[in-house]
Amino acid sequence: MPLSGTIVVDENLCKACELCIVNCPAQVIALDKSRITPRGFHPASLYKEGCTGCGTCSVVCPEAAITVYREKRTEKESNA
Amino acid sequence: MTIHLEDMQVIYQHPESLLNVNTHYCPGCTHGVAHRLVAEVIDEMNLRNDCIGVASVGCSVFAYNYFDFDFIQSPHGRAPAMATGVKRVHPDKVVLTYQGDGDMISIGTAEITHAAARGENITVIFINNANYGMTGGQMAPTTLPGQKTTSSPKGRDVEQAGYPIRASEMLATLDGAGYIARRSLHDPKNIRLAKKAIRTAFETQVRGLGFSMVELLSICPTNWHLNPAASTRWLEENMLPYYPLGDYKVHPALKDLKF
Repeated sequence: MPLSGTIVVDENLCKACELCIVNCPAQVIALDKSRITPRGFHPASLYKEGCTGCGTCSVVCPEAAITVYREKRTEKESNA
Repeated sequence: MTIHLEDMQVIYQHPESLLNVNTHYCPGCTHGVAHRLVAEVIDEMNLRNDCIGVASVGCSVFAYNYFDFDFIQSPHGRAPAMATGVKRVHPDKVVLTYQGDGDMISIGTAEITHAAARGENITVIFINNANYGMTGGQMAPTTLPGQKTTSSPKGRDVEQAGYPIRASEMLATLDGAGYIARRSLHDPKNIRLAKKAIRTAFETQVRGLGFSMVELLSICPTNWHLNPAASTRWLEENMLPYYPLGDYKVHPALKDLKF
């Protein structure tokens, strides 16, 4: 069972280049067409469950706009 | 499912050495990735208070607005000359230059070559995106044969404009160079390798092993007239065969380095 994670996109920085979307291994990121950033872009955001917190989106993001979180391993899992 | 962020571990967050400001770079431009990698390495090595950067002329001209450590701006192509002066006055500081291909390998070829030949103990981050980005995508010394740019609309004609310069191979022939490597920023794997190369370059300088340079193949979606995802594919298909990735010079004292 993969650990679940989530991302928080800084909408002041995101420029909707879509590099996180094409590189996401879980394919769970999309541009949120219902929102618009101060710079006039549709920001990237999680649109469905399935994020594992792998951090690949943050590796390719040119604006360092993505903060990645992952649930902590329990004692049992980390010993296994 | 409700997610409580405070219960989760942070896998990645904005590096401290990079200011939380909007850059002037086009969407998808890998200058941003290069900035981020440099900032992450400065954070990891805890060099933020001991680092002086030298910005070039080109798209990277406003780099001093984005990094949260000391930065100065040099005349076109003269960043290695200024960095030489800064390093000789402050030998205890870490000095880096951040230059593009138009700046470093066109107008600044003499400066970079002689800085490497003298073995100046500085680190150079060299962005190779195969054109002059800031001025509108004109042909640069790194433009590929046959590549269309605004000043070579029928493609680069090698009969008239000559052949591209492979900067890493050229500088690796000089004895003063301690670490010369070429990496690419087109996919997650190569970005991670690029970060290791940048770390090695800074280690080279901290250990006083001579001139260090990392060449980073970058995309320029606006001037290549492609979207960012298509640009990464163009880089992979066209630039990688001409500019092979790898370490071109590694000082023997760096062989044991592990991250």
